[in-house]
Amino acid sequence: MDPIITHSQSFFEPDSAESTKAMARSFGNRVLSGLCITLSLLTLVPLVSIIYLLLEKGLPLLSWSVFTELPPAAGMVAGGFGNAVFGTLIMVALGLVIAAPIGILSAIYIYEYSQTSRLAQAVRLVAKLLTGIPSIICGVFAFAVVVMATGTFSAYAGAVALAVLMLPTILLTSEQALIGVQNAYREASYGLGATKFQTIVRVALPDALPAIMTGVMLAVARAAGETAPLIFTALFSQFWAQSLGEPTASLSVLIYNFSTVPFPHQIQMAWTASLVLVAFVTVANIAAQLVFSKKH
Amino acid sequence: MQEVKTTSTSAEPPPQAARPDFLSVSKFDFFYGKKQALFDVTMDIPEKQVTAFIGPSGCGKSTLLRNFNRMNELIDGVRHAGEIKLCGQSIYDPKIEVIALRRAIGMVFQKSNPFPKSIYENIVYGLRISGKNDKATLDEAVERSLRGAALWEEVKDRLHESALGLSGGQMQRLCIARAIANRPKVLLMDEPCSALDPIATAKVEELIQMLKKDFTIVIVTHNMQQATRTSDRTAFFYLGKLIEYAETQKIFSNPSQKQTEDYITGRFG
Repeated sequence: MDPIITHSQSFFEPDSAESTKAMARSFGNRVLSGLCITLSLLTLVPLVSIIYLLLEKGLPLLSWSVFTELPPAAGMVAGGFGNAVFGTLIMVALGLVIAAPIGILSAIYIYEYSQTSRLAQAVRLVAKLLTGIPSIICGVFAFAVVVMATGTFSAYAGAVALAVLMLPTILLTSEQALIGVQNAYREASYGLGATKFQTIVRVALPDALPAIMTGVMLAVARAAGETAPLIFTALFSQFWAQSLGEPTASLSVLIYNFSTVPFPHQIQMAWTASLVLVAFVTVANIAAQLVFSKKH
Repeated sequence: MQEVKTTSTSAEPPPQAARPDFLSVSKFDFFYGKKQALFDVTMDIPEKQVTAFIGPSGCGKSTLLRNFNRMNELIDGVRHAGEIKLCGQSIYDPKIEVIALRRAIGMVFQKSNPFPKSIYENIVYGLRISGKNDKATLDEAVERSLRGAALWEEVKDRLHESALGLSGGQMQRLCIARAIANRPKVLLMDEPCSALDPIATAKVEELIQMLKKDFTIVIVTHNMQQATRTSDRTAFFYLGKLIEYAETQKIFSNPSQKQTEDYITGRFG
């Protein structure tokens, strides 16, 4: 076949068989593109439905007083869940104070100091296995280690359970964040006479910080919504917490408790609490991204 | 350029007495794991001149360059035999801190790698990590280094803007400025122009001519025109061996080795 196109031939249709094949390929391309778009839209369906449902059922009871008042007794109307909001904030914050330093420093060790050592490989493997551990096991663990030892359900125990839950996520995403830092930056730093420590603190960590914070927020978002670990550790309380050493209310346990009772007001309050929980997580996420987004 | 002996200084020595063996390599072998990358390299690099390393990819020229400031030691499983001396002192002397060595031997990389910080903070990085935080000192270093790298006029009004907003050529000159802020004795340049367009390349080459008044420069290059334009002496490496090392003019006009001639005439590599 003569590959040279003469003036008498159409440039686009050298022969009809070629043309048919091209049309088939083009059609296949459109079908697959369409499929991808449809399936992508499909993933939005659950998220949008959840938010719609939460707004529809949760908004009616939402007012300032739900943040300031205590949960209503069975069959009573009015009241709020201020103690549960407070309890969730405290336990997640305390869990983060435990898990974030351990997770981030471990990530620094296994990536920056000792990538291939047995300890690093063991830590990485254990962290990967821990991400798959059901959250209820974290609760049972903290029950055995903290509740049994201290003899009481407490915010401490809840925080430990949440910390165990958050640790692997923080560790693994922090390692990924450090992997994402261009090696050229490290080379430049060493080339200028920096020590390993200086290179990590001044170059690697600042560059990895946005990604590390994303990991931390992912962990917070997951921990804030967990019920099972808290039932075993912090239990619940109808009252404002007086100390970290006593049973403490949390939003997730409140939702669980109220959604299983036969009183319509409590059920509606569970919806409102769900809305508040989702709103907290979302706001915290957006705030973290705004604060820690790359400035350069 | 009348002399051709490999150990002599160039025909036009700088005014002050320059050491012909400022950076001295003797019987140097280097291994990445089991693979030997350099074989028995011996050479003296003279002070305040530009020495170019040429040769095909994988010939060991960058490996040798990265041994001068011991950057290769950041890789696992490397080892060396033989000696490298700076001003007569072994760079492997246990008394020498490797971080001090890297301050004395600055490096400019193939791909410009300014930190994602401001222009100012890039320049003062080397000072800050050595504990100098006095504003007057830092300001002075920024202006001196940027003038030294012929970048001052272009960036003096935006010192506190991100270095990543500069053009490719400006970024590479910023990396040079950052390296000279430490007042090193030697500047190592690993293919500093390979990612630059011809105009930016010309500026960097012009800068190299300016810098050799104050610094001893070793430049790795794949561009033979660049070697002829910028360097006083040229070393040709092939398969980890130093094949020929002489005045640049001699290497390119009358090489004594067949392999050198084949390479510079483009018959291989």
